[in-house]
Amino acid sequence: MRKHLLSINDLSRADAFEILDTAGALAKITDGPVKKLPTLRGLSIVNLFFEDSTRTRISFESAAKRLSADVINFSAKGSSVSKGESLKDTAQTLQAMGADAVIIRHGASGAAQRLADSGWISASVINAGDGTHEHPTQALLDAYTIRSRFPQYVSGFEGLRVAIVGDVLHSRVARSNVLLLTKLGAKLTLVAPPTLLPVGVTEWNVDVSFDLDAVIPEVDVLMLLRVQSERMKESFFPSEREYSRGYGLDSRRLNTLSESAIVMHPGPMNRGLEISAESADSHRSVVLAQVANGVLVRMAVLYQLLGGARLTGEASA
Amino acid sequence: MEFTISQARLVDGSVVDLVINNGTISEIGNKLRVGRVISAEQNLLIPGLVDLHTHLREPGREDSETVATGSAAASKGGYTAISAMANTFPVADTAGVVEQVFRLGQEAGYCDVFPIGAVTQGLNGEKLAELGAMANSKAKVRIFSDDGKCVSDPLLMRRALEYVKTFDGIIAQHAQEPRLTVDSQMNEGVVSSRLGLSGWPAVAEEAIIARDILLAEHVGSRLHICHLTTAGGVELVRFAKARGIRVSAEVTPHHLLLTDDLVENYDPVFKVNPPLRTEADVKALREGLADGTIDIVATDHAPHPVEDKDCEWQSAAFGMVGLETALSVVVKAMANIKEFRWEEIVKTMSINPARIAGYGRHGQEIAVGSSANLAILDTDTTWVVERNRLASKSKNTPFESMELPVRVLHTFLNGKQVLSNGTLSNGGSN
Repeated sequence: MRKHLLSINDLSRADAFEILDTAGALAKITDGPVKKLPTLRGLSIVNLFFEDSTRTRISFESAAKRLSADVINFSAKGSSVSKGESLKDTAQTLQAMGADAVIIRHGASGAAQRLADSGWISASVINAGDGTHEHPTQALLDAYTIRSRFPQYVSGFEGLRVAIVGDVLHSRVARSNVLLLTKLGAKLTLVAPPTLLPVGVTEWNVDVSFDLDAVIPEVDVLMLLRVQSERMKESFFPSEREYSRGYGLDSRRLNTLSESAIVMHPGPMNRGLEISAESADSHRSVVLAQVANGVLVRMAVLYQLLGGARLTGEASA
Repeated sequence: MEFTISQARLVDGSVVDLVINNGTISEIGNKLRVGRVISAEQNLLIPGLVDLHTHLREPGREDSETVATGSAAASKGGYTAISAMANTFPVADTAGVVEQVFRLGQEAGYCDVFPIGAVTQGLNGEKLAELGAMANSKAKVRIFSDDGKCVSDPLLMRRALEYVKTFDGIIAQHAQEPRLTVDSQMNEGVVSSRLGLSGWPAVAEEAIIARDILLAEHVGSRLHICHLTTAGGVELVRFAKARGIRVSAEVTPHHLLLTDDLVENYDPVFKVNPPLRTEADVKALREGLADGTIDIVATDHAPHPVEDKDCEWQSAAFGMVGLETALSVVVKAMANIKEFRWEEIVKTMSINPARIAGYGRHGQEIAVGSSANLAILDTDTTWVVERNRLASKSKNTPFESMELPVRVLHTFLNGKQVLSNGTLSNGGSN
C-alpha cells in the first residue's frame, strides 16, 4: 500500500477513482446521525504548515478528527532555514513526538517529497501544497465535485471538457488538476496570458488558448485560478483591469456558458479580478461544494494511507 | 633529489623512463635507473591537470573547504595547479587577500594555487576592484572574475576588459543575466515546468555571452567564458572564434554528463549554477569540446557543508564538488566521441588551461627541461565514488555510487611526489 501522497503522479487512474469512491462512501456515513468514525483512533496527525492557509488546515483537521485521529497543529510560518529551524530539524522533532502522519504545506516546491525521501521521519507524508508544484488533495476534491455534478462521467471523464483559467505558471492547483483530470480522461484547455504559462506547457497533454470568450461556450467545467496582484508588479500583466477584461469571468461571459456548465475556484477568490461577484454567487458556482467535498476527500486519503486495511492488496506501482 | 619514473606510457603510445632532478625532467630514455625508481608500468603519464575554476572557500568558509583540503582533493584528482575563485569572505578583491590565498597554497604544498581576483569590489558589480594591485602582488593575478555573480553592467564589463590589457589579464565571465534569472532554481524547460521550480533559461546565459564577445571584439581584449552550459552558448563561441575574437571557454565535467531530469526527486545535490541542462545541450557541449570550440574543462569545484544541502531544494546552496572526479567523469562523458582521445584530454585539462592562464610551469610537454608537474593514471581500471572517502572537506558530489573509469595513482608537484598510489603525502612546503 502507498505510504505518502506527494503528487498526483503517485496515483494510477484506478487509485484516484478508489479515493473518490471512498470519499463517496464516507459521505453517506457522515450524513447519518454519527458523524465520527473510529478508524484512526490513537493515531497522531500533524498539520505542519509553513505557509498560512486556514482553509486547507481546518479542512484536513476536521477530516482527521472525523476519523478520530489526534490532531496537532504546527504552524511553522517564518521558521524557514534563513530565519530559524530547518525543515530537517522540524521533521526530526515531529518524529521524536511520534507523529503517524504529517500533512505539510510549504512554500518550497518539492518540500513534501524531501520530507518523505530524506529519512528524517518515518511518518506518512501528505502534500497539502508545495510551492508552485502540486496540491494533490485539491485536485482530488475538484474531481470529486465534478463527478458528483456530472453523473454521466462517474466511471471516466472521457468527453468532459474542462478549462483552467489564470496563473497556471505559479499554480500548484493547476499542476495537480492537469495531471489528475487528464488521467481521468477529461479534455483540458488552459487559458492564460502567455506570461503566466510555463514554457514546458507544450509537453503537457492539454490545449492552450489565449481567447477565453472562444473557450467558455465549449466547456463543462470552468475553473478559475486565484491571481495574485503581486504578479502585476512583476509585469506578468499590465493592470488588474486589463487582466479582468481578458481573463476574468464577468456576467457577460457567465451567460455564454452552456446550460449545464459549472464554475469552480479553489479559493480564496479575488472578487472583481478573476471572478465577478455575480459569477461567484451564481447557481453555477460550486465553490462551497468544493469546500465541503474537501473534507470528504481528505478523509478518504487519510483513511487509505493510514487505516485502509481493505486496500492493502492494491499495491501501487 | 633525483628519482626515476620507469616504463611510463605517454599519450603517443611510446613507453619511456624519465629521470626527475630538482623539480625538472632531466632525462628521458630507456633503461634509466637513477635514485628511487617508481614503476609506471602499464600506466599513463600526463602533465598534471590544471583547473581554472576552483572554489576553495578560504578565507571565510573554512567549514566547507580550506586551501589545504581543496588542494589535497585536487592532487588526488591529478591536478598540479588550481585557480581559487574570488568569492570568499572577505572577497579576494585586494592584494592582501590574493597573497594570503597564494601563500596558503604554497604552505599546503599539494598543488600550485593561483588566486583569481574579483573584477568588482566585493563582487557588487559597481566599482572595479584594484586589478592592478592584484596583478602586481606576489600572487601575480592574471585572471579576474566575479564568478557566482555576473558582471552584468555592460559599461563596467567593457572597462574591466580594457583595463586588464596592461598586464595581459583576462576577464572570466559568469554569464548570467540577473534579471532573467531572479529566484531561478533550475534549467527552464519541460522539467522545471512540471516540478514548479522557477526557471533559469538558456537565453540568460547566451545574452551575456553574445554581449561580451562583441565587447571583447570592440576593445580587442581577452574574454573567458566560465562554465558554458547551453547549445546556443557553444554556437556563439564558435561564431566568435570564427571572427577572430579573443575568447576562450570552459565546460564543467558535470555539465558534460548530467541532465536536468535528475532534479526530478528534488535532491539538492543536483542543484548547481549554472544549472544542469538538457540532453541536447550536453550533446552540443561534448561536440564543442571535441572540435575545440570549448578550450578547456574546468571543475567549478564548489564545496558546501552538509546543512546547506540537507534541506528543501529552494533553500539549498548551488554547487558540486568535482576535483576528485573530474578526469574520470570527462573520460566517461566523452567515451563515445572518436576524435576525443587522451591527447585531447591532456590538451583540454592541462595544456590549454595552463596556456590561457599563463601558468608557465604547468601543462608542459613531457620533455627534458620541463617542470615535473605530472600525473600517472591507471586507465584500465574503474572505481566507485564514495563521498566519505573524498579528501575534500565537503561531500556534495552528484556522482555518489557511480562507477567511473580511470584512477589517478601518482601526482608530482614540481618534482615532489604528493600522491602515491592514490594516497596523499603529508604535503608540506615546496
